[in-house]
Amino acid sequence: MTDPTIDQPITRKPDFSATHLRKRYRAEARFKFYGVAAIFAALAMLAILLGSIISTGSSAFTQTEIALDIKLDAAKIDPDGTRDPESLARANYRTIVRDAMRAQFPEVSGRRDLRKLYKLVSTGSDFTLRQIVEADPALIGTTQTIWFKSSADLDQLNKGAIPRDVPEGDRRVNDAQITWFDALSDDGRTRRSFNTTFFTSGDSREPEQAGVWGAVVGTMLTLFVTLVLSFPIGVMSAVYLEEFAPKNRWTDLIEVNINNLAAVPSIVFGLLGLAVFLNFFGLPRSAPLVGGLVLALMTLPTVIIAGRAALQSVPPSIREAALGVGASPLQTVSHHVLPLAMPGILTGTIIGMARALGETAPLLMIGMVAFIVDIPRGFTDAATVLPVQVFLWADAPERAFVERTSAAIMVLLAFLILMNLAAVLLRRKFERRW
Amino acid sequence: MTEAIYVEGTVRPDEESVTGMSEAIETDTTETETAPFPTKVKANNVDAFYAEKQALFGVSLDVPENQVTALIGPSGCGKSTFLRCINRMNDTIPICRVTGDITIDEQDIYDPAIDVVQLRARVGMVFQKPNPFPKSIYENVAYGPRIHGMAQGKADIDDLVESSLQRAGLWNEVKDRLGESGTSLSGGQQQRLCIARAIAVNPDVILMDEPCSALDPIATARIEELMDELRQNYTIVIVTHSMQQAARVSQRTAFFHLGYLVESGATEMIFTNPEDTRTQDYITGRFG
Ligand SMILES: Nc1ncnc2c1ncn2[C@@H]1O[C@H](COP(=O)(O)OP(=O)(O)O)[C@@H](O)[C@H]1O
Ligand SMILES: [Mg+2]
Repeated sequence: MTDPTIDQPITRKPDFSATHLRKRYRAEARFKFYGVAAIFAALAMLAILLGSIISTGSSAFTQTEIALDIKLDAAKIDPDGTRDPESLARANYRTIVRDAMRAQFPEVSGRRDLRKLYKLVSTGSDFTLRQIVEADPALIGTTQTIWFKSSADLDQLNKGAIPRDVPEGDRRVNDAQITWFDALSDDGRTRRSFNTTFFTSGDSREPEQAGVWGAVVGTMLTLFVTLVLSFPIGVMSAVYLEEFAPKNRWTDLIEVNINNLAAVPSIVFGLLGLAVFLNFFGLPRSAPLVGGLVLALMTLPTVIIAGRAALQSVPPSIREAALGVGASPLQTVSHHVLPLAMPGILTGTIIGMARALGETAPLLMIGMVAFIVDIPRGFTDAATVLPVQVFLWADAPERAFVERTSAAIMVLLAFLILMNLAAVLLRRKFERRW
Repeated sequence: MTEAIYVEGTVRPDEESVTGMSEAIETDTTETETAPFPTKVKANNVDAFYAEKQALFGVSLDVPENQVTALIGPSGCGKSTFLRCINRMNDTIPICRVTGDITIDEQDIYDPAIDVVQLRARVGMVFQKPNPFPKSIYENVAYGPRIHGMAQGKADIDDLVESSLQRAGLWNEVKDRLGESGTSLSGGQQQRLCIARAIAVNPDVILMDEPCSALDPIATARIEELMDELRQNYTIVIVTHSMQQAARVSQRTAFFHLGYLVESGATEMIFTNPEDTRTQDYITGRFG
């Protein structure tokens, strides 16, 4: 260290040395590495999540079926010979299915063994048979080979989810059933086919008869109500607050409240919905209408905040330009500002809708977390939604519901992807550069 | 006039450019003196406030018809504020308050019976930074005539777009690409597009707030030429921080200082023989 003398001014030069340069390059490389590592970590977690869901869930898209030779005895189905739909509906199809099973395994006798035998096929088999007969009454009097769903336990056995090498008491299917099933398999009387029921039915206590369609329809109805309410109201509020409202204490107060509402836990909106929509207005329980109203309340602040942010990001010079050629404030907003803000508003709306799509807590309060078998046909029918369906199945004891839970999650994710895709397309349509 | 353009470049003029300026004025003066021009815009005792802060103090100014009036003065002296009083653009700033009278064709524009939107169609404005709409060149010009119901069919609008672009000296450059975005043009072209957009609604007065400050000297020269042509049909008020520009394009000049209108008169008078010492100090570059 040398002391600089007073009459000799110090000249400091930038450090252009190789070491300095190397240090800078190394710092940059390190930074880049951290970034890439972070992205890989995130991707890995996502892959683990998706991988586990898909590996457990994909087997739910197939279903084991058993072929039985059914004697469609006219005397049993339609004793009067009228082919009257009412009498066809009244026939005892269960015994017909059971007779066919007894015919398949004539050696089985005794009430206990027979009951085990009958459990090979789904309890919904008699309904399946009835539908076949009703669709084509000409079949009466003939013998047909018909594929029936196996019971869920046998299905799990067939898919390997129930191990064969554990003691009989530790598994849901007993040795006799396994023997019968193997005999059927050897006979070419078993197959795995696409599980249409999963995509067309509502919920059921029997896993092989349970489907997500009821929840999908419920979700669509609910989200439709949410979108139809929260988007226009949210955009109008954002436009008014941002472009027209005077800036005073009242609008400040409103702004603070909207920001707070966005952070309110969703269950609170459920309680509000219970108190207001059900108890005060007397709207029906478990209805997509009420669910949509509650979720719209929850989504509104998000849409308003995103809308205001999008409006704020439109350069003021655009407003000046429009006002300068004599556009009215309304024309300025609707012709210039709003179209430019639309991509941002849509993004915010989709974020809000995606949150609404995954919500169960507020629906708990208004009775939408419920076991509902029928597929809702309107906004006031009892319905449930996909995340609730996932929750209910995750809670069910049967092994077969495990794969259905994951499969329902996959349907939920597909829903989400579709919504995001719609958002991207809409955004691209509105996007303009300036 | 054209020689003087290339002298431009410094905000604070040195002695050289001031002499360059007086040359430019001489070519203009013959016209100015022969024809008397009636007053188009008359400001009387205008005060403007931003919240508590007063930005204009009793400004009274007559703007003659078919002339270019330049507003000059150091930055922050209220030139833009005064300009924005003339088309009531200040109304859009909530904290801004204007008192006093401004008349256009002897009609008080602050009269409650006046519709601001119609006023802004009569008083066009060109801004400091070119701000075309992010739409096609055609749409930029057609927008004003459309919202004001100035055209019956597509053919009318086409005519208006063409004539406006022609008057703004942009037609030849863009006639084959009217569908392209206005923002894809160069800065100078964008500014001429903004001028075309303003004259498309056929205003009486055109206000320009430092229209060339973001442009290069050649684009500036084009706009200055354009202003000289436009004043045949319009009354122009221009704010400029370049005194050479004021000298080149204007017939009248008003000098603002700290919110006061210090002096106004024929441009030649202001630049060669100012009455006020502050004006003299400013134009000779003693403060800026
Ligand atoms: N929107 C505004 N809000 C508050 N003060 C402003 C605003 N616009 C201008 N002012 C103030 O008014 C004064 C005059 O500004 P302005 O008219 O823009 O000056 P100039 O155009 O001559 O540079 C300045 O002191 C400026 O700070
Ligand atoms: Mg200014």
